[in-house]
Amino acid sequence: MQLPLFPEAASAVASSVDYLYFYLTAVSVVMTALIFAAVFFFAIKYRRKSENEIPPPIHGSLKLEIAWSVLPFLVMLTFFWWGAQIFFANASPPPDAMDIYAVGKQWMWKIQYPEGQREINELHVPINRPIKITLASEDVIHSFFIPAFRVKHDVVPGRYDIMWFTATKPGRYHLFCAEYCGTEHSGMVGWVTVMTENDYENWLAGSGVEGTMAQQGERLFGQLGCATCHQLDQQGRGPILRGLYGSRVQLQSGQTVLADDAYIRESILNPNARLVAGFRTDVMPTFQGQITEEQLLQLIVYVKSLAIQGARPVSEQTSAAPGGAAATPENPNTGGKK
Amino acid sequence: MSTVLQDPLAVETPNYLNQEYGWKSWLFTKDHKRIAVLYIISITAMFFIGGIFASLIRVELLTPQGDLVNSDTYNKFFTMHGIVMVFFFLIPSIPATLGNFFVPMMIGAKDLAFPRINLLSWYIYIAGAAFALAAIVLGGVDTGWTFYTPFSSTYSNTFVITAAVGVFIAGFSSILTGLNFIVTVHKMRAPGMTWGRLPLFVWANYATSLIQVLGTPVVAITLALVGLERAFHIGIFDPAIGGDPILFQHMFWFYSHPAVYIMILPGMGVISELVTCFSRKGIFGYPFVAGSSLGIAIIGFLVWGHHMFVTGMSMYASLYFSLLSFLVAVPSAIKVFNWTATMFRGSISFDTPMLYAFGFIGLFTIGGLTGLFLATLGVDVHVTDTYFVVAHFHYVMVGGMVLAYLGGMHYWWPKISGRLYPEGWAKFACLLVFAGFNLTFFPQFILGYLGQPRRYHAYAPEFQVLNVMSTAGASILGLGYVIPLIYFLWSMKYGPKAGDNPWRATGLEWQTTSPPPTYNFETTPIVTEEAYSYHTQKETHVG
Repeated sequence: MQLPLFPEAASAVASSVDYLYFYLTAVSVVMTALIFAAVFFFAIKYRRKSENEIPPPIHGSLKLEIAWSVLPFLVMLTFFWWGAQIFFANASPPPDAMDIYAVGKQWMWKIQYPEGQREINELHVPINRPIKITLASEDVIHSFFIPAFRVKHDVVPGRYDIMWFTATKPGRYHLFCAEYCGTEHSGMVGWVTVMTENDYENWLAGSGVEGTMAQQGERLFGQLGCATCHQLDQQGRGPILRGLYGSRVQLQSGQTVLADDAYIRESILNPNARLVAGFRTDVMPTFQGQITEEQLLQLIVYVKSLAIQGARPVSEQTSAAPGGAAATPENPNTGGKK
Repeated sequence: MSTVLQDPLAVETPNYLNQEYGWKSWLFTKDHKRIAVLYIISITAMFFIGGIFASLIRVELLTPQGDLVNSDTYNKFFTMHGIVMVFFFLIPSIPATLGNFFVPMMIGAKDLAFPRINLLSWYIYIAGAAFALAAIVLGGVDTGWTFYTPFSSTYSNTFVITAAVGVFIAGFSSILTGLNFIVTVHKMRAPGMTWGRLPLFVWANYATSLIQVLGTPVVAITLALVGLERAFHIGIFDPAIGGDPILFQHMFWFYSHPAVYIMILPGMGVISELVTCFSRKGIFGYPFVAGSSLGIAIIGFLVWGHHMFVTGMSMYASLYFSLLSFLVAVPSAIKVFNWTATMFRGSISFDTPMLYAFGFIGLFTIGGLTGLFLATLGVDVHVTDTYFVVAHFHYVMVGGMVLAYLGGMHYWWPKISGRLYPEGWAKFACLLVFAGFNLTFFPQFILGYLGQPRRYHAYAPEFQVLNVMSTAGASILGLGYVIPLIYFLWSMKYGPKAGDNPWRATGLEWQTTSPPPTYNFETTPIVTEEAYSYHTQKETHVG
């Protein structure tokens, strides 16, 4: 019968969380021991010996009160400082992190890779590379939790959440949903497979795909009729998308906004929320409820692929992604019936 | 207490119990003591209902597969366990029972300031409980006691509105009790009962009342919004129509974190009474113990965000909530140190209430220290929403509050009923509660760090041994709860007469007869000493 008492540490951050945890545990054990010892010692030494004994009054001691308020707080400040360090270090992914996309949906995790692979309840990552996961929810709040990596992030519907980690040890680890999400919450579990760089490349090459994520997005772009108004090189009824991603957009309201994932997402679902200056409110329909979160991510990745001015549409590129997966022939029926 | 005088006159002494008979005399009573008894009966019933759900949860978790009931049923079990225990047992537990009974007596008052409102608050509680029980009988709720949106507002197909209405209504009961206590403590203290002489149980209930009055309206509004969103899709929490699901969490925890202090502060007040009485010594550092209750009440309103470190909240907000969460630990630590110091050079007896106080200090210390893990940002990310959190808050709520409640019930039972409970059985039950509790919840800290998420119907097979230990502990714990219920009921008829002051305690509640007369005191007491002046106690009482 297995009885693990401590989880495996398989990410770059795991051991630093563990050290802090050991420190907290050590301080707690010492504090608990001191208090228990004092209570036991006093209870035995000063036990009532006769029914009529009246102990002398002791009113207190300002020095002691100050000491046992300030000293523990100083110790707590070390917890605070150390904990904040780890938290801040993990707050934003490094710029060279590899992108993976995860959509939580009652009750499964749908994973998409930029190279086009899609999986359910399985996540494959290479070792020693920062991985940035963009999280989206199709319905309620979920939480993406990999205990062996000591990372967790809520997946909130209506927006993108970001988490990242660097796996350090090949193996298979639990992936849990940590935020209660309804009937099969405890079935919303999967596995993270950490592979060596070589194994990962082989895995990417070995799993058949229907084009990269950007190509899937481009197909969707055509199917949904987006291309009618958003033309690549000349002004249509909608803004030109080439070079849009990552630039600042002048809005109708006079403000400017950074064209990032969140802004593109909002512009697809609720086009009039932050309308670009010079365009009409009655042109673009909402796509709320028309497309899934996965498709939305594909569209965003497509728009992102147009970021570089003059870049060719991804379908014209021969090798859009590492691993050669992009060369797989296209299948026009993909992109969204899932 | 075998040497207590059997005063034959005590039988005829008119008291609140024999003043009137019949169900009308109870259901229309305005006596705070009778209302306290009504509450004791009601919350005990709710405690055992909540306990049945806890037992069902633990039996299901004996095996990793979800094989006893289906997932929907399991989800309803933990939801109803939480709703019943938090809103209908823990929040009213000490204030509405021991507080109701003893706050007026400890300040030398005849009753609470608003006796009719006091009765009204019990009826409101019953109405709220009726809705909660209706939600259970109709088919249950599956949102978790936290009612997180958009699951509760859009996706759940269960009786969310019914349960939310129950909690909403019960909140007014809590508000009215708090209001009553605040006015009573301000306006009805006996001559000489200055603020500096208030027993610490009164300070604790006063601080609790402030939270009840200021915080409860927020949870009422929040649940009302969930109901409106469910019924009319108004778009407060549902992102598809422009709402923000995280807004719910801010509003919910703005109340529900202070509510944790509603649950624990009165328990701390009880422990201050027990430690002084059974050490026969004044409290060490009175102003710090009293002031720390207010400190907790105030700072407790500023830490709610520590429930939300992984929601993607601004990291600077997280920093602030983390720091203040450490700060709120200081007043709790002050209390523990002062209780311990109070025992120094005392005259310590080992009667059952004191055993519960020892248990409280031990378990609350562990509960409090593990709270520091959760306030630490880098560690919270890993352990939040796991069994670590479940273990932590059960150490505080059950190890702390329930032990304090049981300790207080044993301490004041001679005053409430006029009878003594059987000491041997009581010590045995106390031991069972302590051992059973630790066996139930300590393994859950390990499970949490291993990564078992909370609210899981089925779990990974390697977690089974620790879960079996937890279930075994829960069985012992359950037995430890049933035994006192039996002997308290037994002692009402067969227990030896307690006498007025079996513990030789100093509080005003012990200076009147047991059980007390309807208006508590023959003549209004005049207070000339500080609380817990054991050193000047007269030797006239036979101990």
